[in-house]
Amino acid sequence: MRLLECEAKEILNKYQIVTPSGSAVASVGKLDVKPPLILKAQVPIGGRGKSGGILEASTNKEAKIKIEQLLSTWVRGYKSHKILMEEKLDIDREFFMAITYDTVAKAPLAIFSGEGGVDIEALAEREPEKVNRELFSLRSRLPEYRAREIISETGLSGRLLLGLGNILSRLANIFADYDATLAEINPLALTRDGQLVALDCHLEIDDDALFRHQELAKLAETENRFQSERSMTEFERKAAEIDQLDHRGVAGRVIEFDGSMGLIIGGGGASLTAFDAVQSHGGKPANYCEIGGNPSVLKVKELTRLLLSKPNVQKIAVIMNVVSNTRVDLVARGIVKGILEAGKNPAKTVAAFRVPGAWEEEGFQILSKYGVEFLDRTVSIDDAARIAVEKANTLS
Amino acid sequence: MAILADENTRVIVQGITGREAATFTKDMLDYGTNVVAGVTPGKHGQQVHGIPVYDTVRQAVKENPADAAVISVPPALVKGAVLEALNNSIKLLVVVSERVPRKDTIEFLEVAREKNARIIGPNTLGLISPHRLKLGMAGGPVDDVKKAYMPGPVGIASRSGGMTTEIANLLTTSGIGQSTCVGVGGDPVVGSNFLDLIPLYDKDPETKAVVIFCEPGGVIEEKLAESIINENIALPIIAFIAGRFVDTMPGVRFGHAATIVEGDKGTTKGKIAIFKKAGIRVAENFSDIIPLVKEML
Repeated sequence: MRLLECEAKEILNKYQIVTPSGSAVASVGKLDVKPPLILKAQVPIGGRGKSGGILEASTNKEAKIKIEQLLSTWVRGYKSHKILMEEKLDIDREFFMAITYDTVAKAPLAIFSGEGGVDIEALAEREPEKVNRELFSLRSRLPEYRAREIISETGLSGRLLLGLGNILSRLANIFADYDATLAEINPLALTRDGQLVALDCHLEIDDDALFRHQELAKLAETENRFQSERSMTEFERKAAEIDQLDHRGVAGRVIEFDGSMGLIIGGGGASLTAFDAVQSHGGKPANYCEIGGNPSVLKVKELTRLLLSKPNVQKIAVIMNVVSNTRVDLVARGIVKGILEAGKNPAKTVAAFRVPGAWEEEGFQILSKYGVEFLDRTVSIDDAARIAVEKANTLS
Repeated sequence: MAILADENTRVIVQGITGREAATFTKDMLDYGTNVVAGVTPGKHGQQVHGIPVYDTVRQAVKENPADAAVISVPPALVKGAVLEALNNSIKLLVVVSERVPRKDTIEFLEVAREKNARIIGPNTLGLISPHRLKLGMAGGPVDDVKKAYMPGPVGIASRSGGMTTEIANLLTTSGIGQSTCVGVGGDPVVGSNFLDLIPLYDKDPETKAVVIFCEPGGVIEEKLAESIINENIALPIIAFIAGRFVDTMPGVRFGHAATIVEGDKGTTKGKIAIFKKAGIRVAENFSDIIPLVKEML
């Protein structure tokens, strides 16, 4: 879960990291910050500046017009419901700092650069000496002396080093205390009057840890944080409802595509494999999905009906890896029932059924009763996909 | 030989009284895994498929010395269970539980490194060395395992548990057996990734080639390729990379938590290119794994 800038900055303030004075507003009302102002769309994505999501205003009147403008602008697929307006500061220089996990080294990583407001990956490539990265221990965290060690490698010294070390150490505490997977301040500004101020902040929170951060979990469920372009389609929303019908297994992560071949595929790795295979053999998927964990007949049936409710979907391919937990017969029953309830003929609708494994003989019996061919474990996932595409072209 | 564990490895199951753990404990016993004890706090004195249950790992290993632990407990309790096993000198841990907070994983991996213990997972179905043992849920009931797996010279390391069995099945139906098959786990941070496991396979005299199953997201494939180039690992590696269509959909999470393309990082295109540079053979289609493996044996 990515926090909005204004939400992340509240956390920085709790840890005594200074941010520009300002406030987030949902509508144009009384402005309580003195111009000149920076107005920032509150959307959960980077690159706002280049996409028209950050504007400046030198008068209150101008600010009101621009806030209205930002509230109605799509910024990289999102529309803000709040605009952060902040005082515009007089800046001397900028720094970059971040804490994240090095997933290969399996340890937290501190990154610091004496140049801020930049694309840090590009800078590290171009001038590696300007970016210092060091692993640290999550249990010992990042005491100020360690933070200073990391920062001083980039050539900084004096009062500035003390101030920056203090902030980097606190940022590491935020990272650990909030179960973040990324805590980044970019840029961190040194103002003309010698203050260190976090101009922007990106906090990414581990979804699997939200259970121990009730206040953030509540935030995640808030409906009005922002508006997203990539919201679920009607089809995807119905699919999500089907997955909630009972707690047995998963028939989820349905994503709609515009092809004509309905896919009932699973589990995770096999879904990726099967989707690629259908495409590489020239098939056009109508959807992506992941079934597994022994879904109930009801869920499989409803998902089948949903796929067939799309006017251009006449054929379904059912492809899973060799299953041990999911029962083949239950999948087969769900598919057949769904097709029958949609008023169609299973033999003409199933372009391929390739689910070998637990209870496969029982599954085979159900399918053969309806004239559906059962592809066993000697047919690979990608051969099954090829057969499905060929059959879809000939069956009618 | 097999890597990580064999038929002599003594195993405890933490969380053994849970429904899922009880089921895979039976499957492990049926397959010949030497399960010696189970642990569920507060359930001392019970038995699960004839295996005695203890309140603590300390009690369990005092009466039943053990080398390995399979852990299947709710996400919030995983860190405690892992630390308990590590503190009682268990050296191989298979963490089956999913949705473990990343911070907890990092913390117990720090402790594991200090104690020279190895962790597989979290979010793994486990591992199988055919005809020797299986740890965790991998392969399911014994009849299913026997259909899909057989002993032989090919190792498997996979980011997907289900696809571990699928690859074993593909090899077995082509008459090629396996040495050790490991689901590394679907999380962004796992105890033993490709980079950790490949050297073990390389040292194993029985393993002649390894098949790895890769997905979009993360940089582990890129790092593996770099290390192959720099360290000159002789073991032939055959890779299959699933989810090529995900490249065109950055920011959307598919399948496992780790399967997400961020910007232009973690794309299958990038992984394929660097694999080829490192001499890792990439199977274009899933079935192409077989001819590539045959070439290497």
